[in-house]
Amino acid sequence: MSKNKEFVKFEKVDKSYDGKILVVKDLNLDISEGEFITMLGPSGSGKTTCLMMLAGFETPTNGEIYLDKNPISNIPPHKRGIGMVFQNYALFPHMTVYENLAFPLRVRKMPKDEADKKIDKALSMVSLSGFENRMPGQLSGGQQQRVAVARALVFDPSVVLMDEPLGALDKNLRESMQYEIKHIHESIGVTVVYVTHDQGEALTMSNRIAVFNDGKVQQLSSPDQLYERPVNSFVAEFIGENNTFAGEISDISSDKCKVKVNGGEIIANPISVKSKGEKTTVSIRPERALINPKGGMDNNHKGKIEEVIYHGDHTRVRLSLLGNSDFILKVPNSSENLDIKLGNTINIGWNSQDARALDPK
Amino acid sequence: MSSEIQKILTTDGIPLEESLKKAEKKNKIKAFLLVCPLLLFLIITYVFPIGDMLFRSVDDRMVTNMLPKTYKAMERWDGKELPDEEVFEAFYQDYKLLVEKKTFGKLATQLNYEKNGFKSILKKLQRKLKKFEEGNYKEQIMDVHKRWANVEYWRAIKRRAPAISYSKYLKGMDLIEDESGSITQVPEDRRVHRVLWLRTLEVAFFVTLFCFLMAYPIAHLLATLPMKYSNLLMICVLLPFWTSLLVRTASWMILLQQQGVVNDFFVWIGLVADDNRPEMMYNKTGTYVAMTQILLPFMVLPLYSVMKTISPSLMRAGKSLGGTPFVAFWKVYFPLTIPGIGAGCLLVFILAIGYYITPALVGGASGTLISNQIAFHMKSTLDWSFASAMGLMLLAGVLAIYWVYNKLVGVDNIKLG
Repeated sequence: MSKNKEFVKFEKVDKSYDGKILVVKDLNLDISEGEFITMLGPSGSGKTTCLMMLAGFETPTNGEIYLDKNPISNIPPHKRGIGMVFQNYALFPHMTVYENLAFPLRVRKMPKDEADKKIDKALSMVSLSGFENRMPGQLSGGQQQRVAVARALVFDPSVVLMDEPLGALDKNLRESMQYEIKHIHESIGVTVVYVTHDQGEALTMSNRIAVFNDGKVQQLSSPDQLYERPVNSFVAEFIGENNTFAGEISDISSDKCKVKVNGGEIIANPISVKSKGEKTTVSIRPERALINPKGGMDNNHKGKIEEVIYHGDHTRVRLSLLGNSDFILKVPNSSENLDIKLGNTINIGWNSQDARALDPK
Repeated sequence: MSSEIQKILTTDGIPLEESLKKAEKKNKIKAFLLVCPLLLFLIITYVFPIGDMLFRSVDDRMVTNMLPKTYKAMERWDGKELPDEEVFEAFYQDYKLLVEKKTFGKLATQLNYEKNGFKSILKKLQRKLKKFEEGNYKEQIMDVHKRWANVEYWRAIKRRAPAISYSKYLKGMDLIEDESGSITQVPEDRRVHRVLWLRTLEVAFFVTLFCFLMAYPIAHLLATLPMKYSNLLMICVLLPFWTSLLVRTASWMILLQQQGVVNDFFVWIGLVADDNRPEMMYNKTGTYVAMTQILLPFMVLPLYSVMKTISPSLMRAGKSLGGTPFVAFWKVYFPLTIPGIGAGCLLVFILAIGYYITPALVGGASGTLISNQIAFHMKSTLDWSFASAMGLMLLAGVLAIYWVYNKLVGVDNIKLG
């Protein structure tokens, strides 16, 4: 079965609320059928606005959104057939769980026995069978969340939108719900557009992630690409931990460049720099820099240990290195690394491939 | 002995319950002392007057106290034929005393309530009293006026014998206990109260309905508008609250009278002819318009406070699940506002049912309500016991409505803010 690569398509979408500031700028985004895509970004980056435009609660100021090749700007929300899970669940407090789930089926005039089957199926999918007659107020936060998911899926929508659905849950519950939602998505193959500001959530669940900042998609790629190969310093900063050096290109070839920083020179991988003399920010993931490298690494520097923080399975070490006193290392907790003491000077090395020369901050 | 094991002791060996009581005692006394002034105030200004009203509405000792000998003599009278000489003599002596004390007028008023025509024969008797000779009072009294020979007038006196009487309540419902003691309706041309009760209910009902229809959109707007506009709108809603009731009613008089602003406008746009201006005041229309405006905030505020708590995402959820805007409103939003609707309707209805000033000023003859009748008896006829009886009937009506409401919606569901 060939899947529609452009099942949901944002085409040159702009959105402004006050006619002065663009909240979403020239958004072009294709979402393929059955995909789990996450819109990730800090608050105010325009991700929720995009979701609301897709759901039909906001209209694009410019541009068009297509759902399965049909423009939908002029279709009211109730005719779009898009399921939505809201931030605070938005369960109808005066209806039982059963009535909440029956609502979308009743407005579609589905016969009762057929509706009952669907409700049973949806509830068992979120493992809440037997809760039909409870009121939402009698359920815990996690259970309410699951009812909200079941309600958004019960009428077999082609797309389900989730607007920070796990924001109100505590950490453990949030993690287990992440897996649960992921498994539901895998088992029924519905297209999910998920909005969150939690990068962990985005990395765990998504097929692809669109990182939003300042009304624009900064990078759209799979979680591993996003983490391993950020294309600009915002993405590098926003996703995961990151050590940065501000500097200037002193020499550049096709796959390597030399960057002059405060206390020396770094050999890096040129990503968004082109010519000598350009300003740049070099980004290195903490786990890519090693202590006492066994050789073969083209960056070798000495660093002084400023702080050691014990984290159980690993130890975080803050070094001052090449003029940067906030260089973080993640050292796995093994017997090899016992000489990490405050004040010691150690050798640090990394591959130039892992030091990405990005745009200056 | 499980009960002994269950008894928990504090570390000092005192039973926990006792210790808790001791610890809480001080707080309880403090709390009581704090509410004490209000409690006293309520007892003096609320419980006592209502109790007095209840007593006054059934108290009927006035006539009994004015004619003590007569009633004593009447004890042996069976009420079938004219009483004998003994009763007449006792009545003569009682009445003579009242005339000397110059308080016979009250008796005349009271007995006239009971039977029409009493006033004139009592006055005549008072004028003739000086010429009375000792002995054979029966004939002398019957000579004063032929009605004194009518047994019904004597029965009317006897009916006032009991110290407690519910006749005022019957009167409030246009009923009367006739001479034979059975309860019947008063003649058709004197049935004024039932019309007033029904009109009061009707006006209260429609005022509540109009208030609801107008307040619901306003409250919704208030709850959904951005803060800066909703504050302004809120002030507009509350502004009438800060204006004197009399000023507001008077301004409605200016607006609604036949040569008033509204009529001028209607004539100007050609809706009505200049010589055919509609009567919008001194009738029910005036009462409806003015009362709806005055009671509107009482509907808006409870509705607003409930709507404020309804998350806008619920309506969105309703729509995203496929409900048309109307379905989402009717199935999701509206049921959630019922506590506010209940509170607002109950408040407005109860206020409307006892409304006084506005109907008195703009109601005219066809727009007056039962409260105006109560005021009339308080101020003009001075029949306080009748006014009290009607006041209590009104109170009972309100309590009955409250009870029905509690059965239907549940008082726990009311939300005033």
